[in-house]
Amino acid sequence: MELFFEWFRVLYDTTGINLPFLYDSYDRGRMLDGFLTTIKLSIVCLICSVIIGIVGAWLQASAFTWTRRFVNGYIQLFRNTPPLVQLYFFYFAVGALLPKVETDWGGQAPMFGSFAWAVISLSFFAGAFNVEIFRSGIEAVPKSTVEAAESLGFSRLQIYRDITLPLAFRVCLPALNNNLVNLVKTTTLAYAIAVPEMLYEANQIWSDNVNVTEMMFFLLIAYFVLVGVLVWGMNSWERNMKIPGYG
Amino acid sequence: MNWTPDQPMVSIKNVHKAFGELEVLKGVSLDVMKGEVICIIGPSGSGKSTLIRCVNALNDIQQGSILVEGQEVNDPDLDKLELRKKVGMVFQQYNLFPHKTALENIMMAPVRVLKRDKSQTEVFARELIKKVRLQGKEDSYPGELSGGQQQRVAIARSLAMKPDIMLFDEVTAALDPETVGEVLTTIKELAEDGMTCILVTHEMGFAREVADHIYFTDGGLIVEHGPPKTFFDKAKDPRTREFLSQIL
Ligand SMILES: Nc1ncnc2c1ncn2[C@@H]1O[C@H](COP(=O)(O)OP(=O)(O)OP(=O)(O)O)[C@@H](O)[C@H]1O
Ligand SMILES: [Mg+2]
Repeated sequence: MELFFEWFRVLYDTTGINLPFLYDSYDRGRMLDGFLTTIKLSIVCLICSVIIGIVGAWLQASAFTWTRRFVNGYIQLFRNTPPLVQLYFFYFAVGALLPKVETDWGGQAPMFGSFAWAVISLSFFAGAFNVEIFRSGIEAVPKSTVEAAESLGFSRLQIYRDITLPLAFRVCLPALNNNLVNLVKTTTLAYAIAVPEMLYEANQIWSDNVNVTEMMFFLLIAYFVLVGVLVWGMNSWERNMKIPGYG
Repeated sequence: MNWTPDQPMVSIKNVHKAFGELEVLKGVSLDVMKGEVICIIGPSGSGKSTLIRCVNALNDIQQGSILVEGQEVNDPDLDKLELRKKVGMVFQQYNLFPHKTALENIMMAPVRVLKRDKSQTEVFARELIKKVRLQGKEDSYPGELSGGQQQRVAIARSLAMKPDIMLFDEVTAALDPETVGEVLTTIKELAEDGMTCILVTHEMGFAREVADHIYFTDGGLIVEHGPPKTFFDKAKDPRTREFLSQIL
């Protein structure tokens, strides 16, 4: 392994191609942290945004007009504003309005750090699209299938969980995959509020080493591989979910 | 109110139902005793489906009373689960759960709704599969079954809840002529076992064979009713006669 890393130092010395995050253990640590932060941010946002989508689609079918209006308002707001502005809004506006908390050593700290704000902001952003995606899937479930479940004594919640969602999920999986891939790409925006994710750490490295070109190549390839793995996973999931003789 | 088997199992009295402006049921009354099989026939749009959907509260009614084993269905505080445990329903379009195998379709309601033990339910579900003659199809998905096979799974799925009454709404209307027979056989066996059945059907021969009583609906009213023999051979009302002459 050491030999592998050393090879890149030689590469730098001989050709000038500078990849310090491979041969330098400090930069390697930073890059790895950035990579892991990106993964963590992506996974937490994926899960939260799917939950928001499921709950939102459920609330959108609510009997209460105001619940429906609230969900629709939320969707409009987050679909029709840029995600970067949303992120700034949460971090600088909402963050400033929230009360500060006491820290262990008696100082004052904001209630949420930048990572938490990125999770909140990006989850709501992707969640707004997920609500719409789930709703279109739910609308594709025949009313007669739901009635059959009703006549068997299923409650509204049981129908949603056991019948509607599993069927809707299969219908909207392609659109959902698309949105989740977008979400992973959008996590780079967290850079703007100094979340130490991959782009941010890469920026630190190129500032110290003046190797912008190399870092750009690296970032492009790194995201290509990361998103490629996600797409591959989603596609095989889609295939596994396929019901014989249906759709 | 305590129900005893000498009272009608289903007692429909003066039921009125409208969809908005459209009055579909204009005062329908009929009784079904335990173990009885009744058939409802009548022209399209006369409210047959609407009527039987009211019995298990898939449709609400504006006026009148429906008692199922003494339980009032026209009640804002109706315990729907209690009602639906007693009443099974089979639909024209089968309406199976497409993401579940035949066996899972049958087991789902007992396990999820009644919280019955899974392995015991499976034993019972396999018996039901045998009863509707679908051995070997346990692990097939609905999309892999013919219409007639799907409909028999749907019947087994309803029976898995051990209902006291079964509602059938034109369950053979969507089937190929050659598969109609297998579904009718299943229903006939069920009737012979003493199941209380309310059937909406266009199969007159079948109605004549299995029904204890036939009801003819037109324009939201029961125009005529009687045991099959009198009904088919000595219909009095001109509307009934006209309908029968067209269909027979
Ligand atoms: N959910 C609904 N909303 C509005 N109108 C309805 C609804 N369901 C049924 N109707 C109307 O009520 C009338 C009776 O319908 P119903 O389905 O009970 O007839 P049917 O006797 O079962 O006819 P068919 O033999 O064609 O099945 C029809 O005119 C139909 O258009
Ligand atoms: Mg009908």
